[in-house]
Amino acid sequence: MLNSKIPAGPLENKWKNYKATCKLVNPANKRKMEIIVVGTGLAGASAAASLGELGYKVKAYCFQDSPRRAHSIAAQGGINAAKNYQNDGDSVFRLFYDTIKGGDYRSREGNVYRLAEVSASIIDQCVAQGVPFAREYGGLLSNRSFGGTQVQRTFYAAGQTGQQLLIGAYQALERQVALGNVTMYSRHEMLDLVTIDGKARGIICRNLITGELERHFGHAVLLCSGGYGNVFYLSTNAMGCNVTAAWKAHKKGAYFGNPCFTQIHPTCIPVTGDHQSKLTLMSESLRNDGRIWVPKKQGDSRKAKDIPEDERDYYLERRYPAFGNLVPRDVASRAAKERCDAGYGVGSSRQAVFLDYAAAIERYGKIEAGKQAMDHADHDTIVKMGKDVVKEKYGNLFDMYEKITGENPYEVPMRIYPAVHYTMGGLWVNYELMTNIPGLYCLGEANFSDHGANRLGASALMQGLADGYFVIPYTIGNYLADEIRTAAIPTDHPAFAETENKVKDRINSLMNIKGNRSVESFHKRLGKIMWDKCGMARNAQGLKEAVEEIRALKNEFWSDVKIPGGINELNPELDKANRVADFIELGELMCLDALDRNESCGGHFREEFQTEEGEALRQDDKYMFVSAWEYKGDNKWDLHKEELNYEVVKPSQRSYK
Amino acid sequence: MEHYTMNLTLKVWRQKNKNDRGGFITYKVKDISSEMSFLEMFDVLNERLIEESEEPIAFDHDCREGICGMCSMYINGRPHGPWEGTTTCQLHMRAFKDGDTIVVEPWRANSFPVIKDLIVDRTSFDRIIQAGGFISVNTGNAVDGNSIPIEKAKADDSFAAAACIGCGACVAACKNSSAMLFVSAKVSHLALLPQGEPEKKTRVLNMIAQMDKEGFGGCTNTGACEAVCPKEISLDNIARLNQEFIGASVKTGK
Repeated sequence: MLNSKIPAGPLENKWKNYKATCKLVNPANKRKMEIIVVGTGLAGASAAASLGELGYKVKAYCFQDSPRRAHSIAAQGGINAAKNYQNDGDSVFRLFYDTIKGGDYRSREGNVYRLAEVSASIIDQCVAQGVPFAREYGGLLSNRSFGGTQVQRTFYAAGQTGQQLLIGAYQALERQVALGNVTMYSRHEMLDLVTIDGKARGIICRNLITGELERHFGHAVLLCSGGYGNVFYLSTNAMGCNVTAAWKAHKKGAYFGNPCFTQIHPTCIPVTGDHQSKLTLMSESLRNDGRIWVPKKQGDSRKAKDIPEDERDYYLERRYPAFGNLVPRDVASRAAKERCDAGYGVGSSRQAVFLDYAAAIERYGKIEAGKQAMDHADHDTIVKMGKDVVKEKYGNLFDMYEKITGENPYEVPMRIYPAVHYTMGGLWVNYELMTNIPGLYCLGEANFSDHGANRLGASALMQGLADGYFVIPYTIGNYLADEIRTAAIPTDHPAFAETENKVKDRINSLMNIKGNRSVESFHKRLGKIMWDKCGMARNAQGLKEAVEEIRALKNEFWSDVKIPGGINELNPELDKANRVADFIELGELMCLDALDRNESCGGHFREEFQTEEGEALRQDDKYMFVSAWEYKGDNKWDLHKEELNYEVVKPSQRSYK
Repeated sequence: MEHYTMNLTLKVWRQKNKNDRGGFITYKVKDISSEMSFLEMFDVLNERLIEESEEPIAFDHDCREGICGMCSMYINGRPHGPWEGTTTCQLHMRAFKDGDTIVVEPWRANSFPVIKDLIVDRTSFDRIIQAGGFISVNTGNAVDGNSIPIEKAKADDSFAAAACIGCGACVAACKNSSAMLFVSAKVSHLALLPQGEPEKKTRVLNMIAQMDKEGFGGCTNTGACEAVCPKEISLDNIARLNQEFIGASVKTGK
C-alpha cells in the first residue's frame, strides 16, 4: 500500500503541525546542498527562487530560450485565494470544499486543505513582488467568479493573469541568478534521471543548441515540467509542452498517478482544418458574463442574429439553474458535446456552440447610462457604452478571438468548442510532494495531487505557486536534513556514465531509423486515436482498440520515422521525436488506466457509467483510490492503489442544478 | 468571413549556425488556406522539406497564442509582420493574397546573434532583468495584499507596461537596435507601484548600465519600436524611463 504521509490530526492542524515539526537544514549546510529544478513555469520558477533565497545551490533548466516563456504564461483568467475580501462567505474551508467537490471526490483531503490554506499567502507574495492585479477605484484588489463556485475569490490581471504571475516568479528567479544562488540553463532538455542507491541524484540533459549531452548532479531533483495534454496533439498547451521529464522518471521507477484524468476545457476556438497546430483557449472568465447557447432547431444554419430569442436554447442555464453558465469545466464540456452530437452545433463544422456577449453588453451599457444619469439613452449609445466596459474586462481575449477567426466578437457571438487543456494526472507524490523515488519531487501540473478528477478554474496557478513558494521550501528540508553528510557526487560516477550512454543510444537509434514519415505525422495520428477513444467520452471497447492502435503506431514510429539534420546541432525535429516517442508510450498507459477505472468521475467519463440525466456516475465502493502505475518494461505496468479516506467531507453525487 | 487558398513565394533567411554567412532561399508554397496561422504555413513548408529530405527551417515558437514572446520573424521588413499589435504566431494568412511574395528574416541586432536560420539568442534580455528588473522580496515576507491600496489608474498603467512579452521586436525594428522600450516597460511596471519604490533608483541605473554593456544602441525617439510592439507598449514608458534615470543620476551622483 502506498504511504501518502498525510500528517495525523485534525485537518486544519495537519500543515501547521508538519511545519512545526519537520526537520531543518542549517544555513551553513544549505550552502552545500545542490538542488536541480526542471522547468521554470509557476511551480519551477517559484521553487527555484524560493530555494535560492533559502541558500541552497539551485540549478534550473528549461527548454525555451528564457525561463519567462514557460506555458504558465498563457493562463488567462485568474488565481483563486480564500481571502474573503468580498465578504461573500468565502473561507479556507469553502475553497477546500469546492476543490474537493469540483474534483469529484478523487483528491486527498490533506493536500487540498493545505492548498486552500496557503492560497491567501500567494496573493500577498505576488502583490509584494509587483504583480499588477486588477484593482477597484478605492485601490483594493478586485475579484471575479469562476466555474464551480458561488463566491468571488478569483484574483486577476485582465486576461493575462498567468503572464503576470509568471513574470513575478521569473523576476524573483532572475534575482537569485544575479545573486549567484541559481544557475540557469535555458535551451536545455532533461532526457533522463540519474539514480544512485535508489535515490535521485541528477539528470542527463541535452543542450538544445549544440546537441551535447550534459551530466548534472543534485542532492535532490524537482520535476516542475508541466502537463501532458499534448499527447492529444491538439490542445491548448504550447507546442513544446511535453511529458518527457516525468516519463523518464516514470521509467526509472516513479509511479504515474491517475494518467487518464484529463481536463477538456469547454471554451476554446474550434478547429478549422488539418493544418491546425494548436488550439486557443477563451478564458473561463468569459462565462461570467457570456451566455452559452445553440439553436433549438437541429441543423439551423441561420446567422446568430437572425435566430430569435425564443428559438435559442441556453442549455447550461436550462440544465443547471443553480450554477448556470458557471458549472465546472467537465460538466460544461460534456454538455456542449451532447448538443453538438445531437445535431444542434453551429458554424460550418457544426462542432461549435455560441458564447454570446450581447446580453452582457446591454446590461453593462445600461449600468453605465444609469451612472451618467442618461435615462433616455438610445439603444446604440447603450451598446457602445457596454462594449467599452466589456473591452476593459476582456479586451485582450476578444482581440485574440478576432485575430484567429476574423470575426468581431463584439458584433457576433463567439463560436467555441471544448479542447484538451490540463492534465490532473501526473507523477504520484506524497504529502511532501516527493515521488516514490527518494529525493525526486514533482510540483505543479506535473504531479497528480490536488485536483482529483477535475480541476476548477483558476486553481492551476494557485497550485503551481503553492507548491513552489510555500510547500517545497519546508518539505525538502525534511529530506535534505538527512543528506548533509552526502558530499556532491562527481559526475564521472558510473551511474552518470551509464545513464548518459542510454540516452546517447536512444538518440542514435532514432536518428538511424531514416524512415519515410515525419515526427509530426505520428504525433497527429496519436492525437487522433487519443481524442476519439480516450477523450471527452470513453468506453471499454474503444479503449481496447486504442491500446492496440497505439502499440502498432509505436512499432511503426520506431521503424519508419524520419528525422532530418544531425545530432550535434540545433535540431528541433530530433527534440520533437524524443518527446513524441514518450507521448506514444504515455498514451497507452492513459488508455489502460481509463479502461481499468470502471466508473465515471470528473473529466473521466466512461459512457457505460452515467446517470439517467447523463451525469458522471461514480463507483465509490470500488474506485475510491488513486491509481498509481509502476512501469515494468515495454507495455507492462503494475497497478498500486492509494485509498482515499474522506474524514471531513462526505462524498455525494455532484450536483450543480 | 470568406475563406480562400493561395499560392505564395517565400524568401527565407537560412543560416546553418552563428558562424555561417547565411542567405535567402526561395520556396514556393501552394494551397495555403487563409484560415492558417503564419506559423502553420511554415509547418506545411517544413513538412514538405522533410519529405524532400531537406532540412526544415528552424524558428522559435511555443505558445502560439501571442503571449510567450518566443516567436520572432521579421516579415516583409516588419517584426511580426503586417498586422498591428500582433505576434508572428497570431498573424493569420488572410493578411496575404494569392501570388504574394513574402520575405522572412530573423531579428537583426548585434545583441541578438543568430543561432540558426530564424532563431536568435535573446539571453541579453534576461541579463538586463538580472541587473535590476525585480523587487527584492523573499518568499514569506509579504504583508496582506490589501494593506497598501494602489490608485487604479497607476495599477492599470503598471499593468500596461508589464504586458511586455520580451520578444525583442522593439530592438529588431529600431535602426539603432535600442532596447529602450523593453527596459522602460520593466522600469515603468515596477516604478509605478509602491512596492517598487525602495529600489527605484538603483534599478534604473543598473538596468541601463547592463543594457549598454550588452551593446544595445541608444534611443533617438523615432518610435519604430512602439509601432511594431505586439503588445502596444507605449513610448510614454521611454519618457518615464528617462525621467527616472535623470532623477536617479542626480540624486545618487552616478
